[in-house]
Amino acid sequence: MTVLVVIEHDRGTLAPASLEALAAALRLDPHVEALTIGATADALAPELAAHGAAVVHQVHAAVLSDYGPEAWGEVVAQAVRVLRPTVVLACGTDRGNEVMAQAAARLDLPMVANCVEIDAATWTITRVRWGGSLLEQCTLSAATKLVTFAHHSHEATPSVAAGAVVSLVVELDPSLSRTVVTERVERTAGVTLATAPLVVGGGRAVGSAEGFAPLEALAARLGGVVGCSRAVTNNGWRNHTDQVGQTGTRIAPDLYIACGISGAIQHWVGAMASKQILAINTDPEANMVTKADYAVIGDLHTVVPAITAEIIRRNG
Amino acid sequence: MRVLVCVKRVPAPGAKINLTADGQAVDTAYLAFTTSPHEECAVEAAVQLVEQSGGESTVLTLGPTQADEQLRYAASIGINKAVLLSIETAEWDPQRTASAIASAIRDVEATDGAFDIVLFGNESADSGNFQVGVRVAHALGRPMVNGVKGIEIDASSVRARREADAGVEVYSLQMPVVLGVKEGINLPRYPTLKGRLASKKVEVAQVAPVGERGGQQMITLVQAAEQVSQTIVLGHGPEAAPAVVDLLEELGILK
Ligand SMILES: Cc1cc2nc3c(=O)[nH]c(=O)nc-3n(C[C@H](O)[C@H](O)[C@H](O)COP(=O)(O)OP(=O)(O)OC[C@H]3O[C@@H](n4cnc5c(N)ncnc54)[C@H](O)[C@@H]3O)c2cc1C
Ligand SMILES: Nc1ncnc2c1ncn2[C@@H]1O[C@H](COP(=O)(O)O)[C@@H](O)[C@H]1O
Repeated sequence: MTVLVVIEHDRGTLAPASLEALAAALRLDPHVEALTIGATADALAPELAAHGAAVVHQVHAAVLSDYGPEAWGEVVAQAVRVLRPTVVLACGTDRGNEVMAQAAARLDLPMVANCVEIDAATWTITRVRWGGSLLEQCTLSAATKLVTFAHHSHEATPSVAAGAVVSLVVELDPSLSRTVVTERVERTAGVTLATAPLVVGGGRAVGSAEGFAPLEALAARLGGVVGCSRAVTNNGWRNHTDQVGQTGTRIAPDLYIACGISGAIQHWVGAMASKQILAINTDPEANMVTKADYAVIGDLHTVVPAITAEIIRRNG
Repeated sequence: MRVLVCVKRVPAPGAKINLTADGQAVDTAYLAFTTSPHEECAVEAAVQLVEQSGGESTVLTLGPTQADEQLRYAASIGINKAVLLSIETAEWDPQRTASAIASAIRDVEATDGAFDIVLFGNESADSGNFQVGVRVAHALGRPMVNGVKGIEIDASSVRARREADAGVEVYSLQMPVVLGVKEGINLPRYPTLKGRLASKKVEVAQVAPVGERGGQQMITLVQAAEQVSQTIVLGHGPEAAPAVVDLLEELGILK
């Protein structure tokens, strides 16, 4: 079995998800090969070797100066034709899934997205549906198996391998540049919803955009940020960038304080990686309350300001 | 400007997803149906594009005959035409779905003219295969960018914006294009009464779906392990505040 891992990087900066993909690949077979796309990724070879890549295939071409879904997908398709791997693996990030789908379309092969478990003896795969709320078992029959692993389903593991560098020659049609990134606006540094150590979430019960002021005040006191449910974004009270859930952001703070949120499965799937959850809700039977570690039963409009007042009373 | 948007009918579960006894499907006995939020935004984007540039919008779905409901919902907020590829089951595998949609698009375009923009959701809400739009675009030989959170049109070119880890990326594309849309690109409008009435009269074109089974076949659905928790109730109402702050100190969040 040859397992080829597609390495995700951004102008040479390795996506940590790629190390998860290498870890997932090593569970399938001890001999793992990696594919890096574009000259900017050449310098990644030692780090990939340190995570188990016995061979690193490097690809160079003018259109690979920045990310482009079609160009990257075509590279993977050509790598499959030349190297004939048994399995091609990537991490199920936005780019990982996009590139593998492009490769699958070009090769006319199936592609199974967001797997958590593979039985390589029978090619029975467990994958996530509904953003992780439900699992599916499926079979995959194909000459080359294209799969992505669900992000965060495997941990990056150091595992030293030879890391022999080989260059892989591809012919890329210049027209593939049609979907290469043409402009970028870099993100300004700072705490984001996805990385915040504390999130104060507000749901429909907050009632208005202005109603979030007490939640903002509490979050600011605790060095955190404000998140919300889809009921809130749908009402136009907050921007979609604040939405937690299946079609929003997945959060993983030390503590998530969920205020007036019922805990629908699509919200829960975005919040369940929180280390601790405190639910504030008038309904003791609300899903968010029964699934939380801690709860306060009551009206968020009086409870939240009382918490902030108590913090001020103790700490000034 | 001719715009097509592809949507999928999916159940809308609440606190938990229950399965049928044979594990083959989500138990929808007590559930309403919807389209994914990503696709709702794609529908809104299609309506806005035609409002800006003139032309005509079409919605297409492959699904059971009941998916008529999702087509008419799209029509109720302003989509002009609808196409139903009716199948016996709730869904087809992603390769088969994509080939049926691509061939239906070719048929519709042969009679009505080419679509300048074909919109998809970033991923379907239920199966999340992350590929149907990409496969359709490849079959049609058109450029495709997924995860789009901004669309600007200028004559025959499209600027598509998307959010990546490092920041915002811009793609400059020439029509015809295929785009996968993410929730947050816009705030979908609600149907008006007039829109609802008009949607009842929209003619739904029936196209027989054609496509070979793909290499990915579902065996069964399985519940994800549920996180069970013994919730500690810290108190009731504002009187619980000291207990909450004790907890914040205990967890090291408040020093
Ligand atoms: C495909 C799909 C994807 C989705 N993706 C997402 C997503 O990414 N994120 C998301 O959040 N949702 C998502 N949803 C929507 C989701 O199903 C729910 O509709 C939504 O999460 C409900 O938001 P809510 O909890 O704020 O509102 P509600 O469900 O209305 O809950 C309000 C809660 O507030 C409590 N309450 C009322 N008054 C008070 C008070 N005064 N003080 C304290 N508590 C009070 C109530 O007891 C209740 O529990 C998705 C849905 C679908 C179908
Ligand atoms: N049965 C279907 N009918 C119409 N469009 C679909 C169907 N399945 C998927 N799509 C479209 O393809 C996108 C990606 O789906 P998927 O590859 O399943 O994640 C969805 O957001 C829809 O826009």
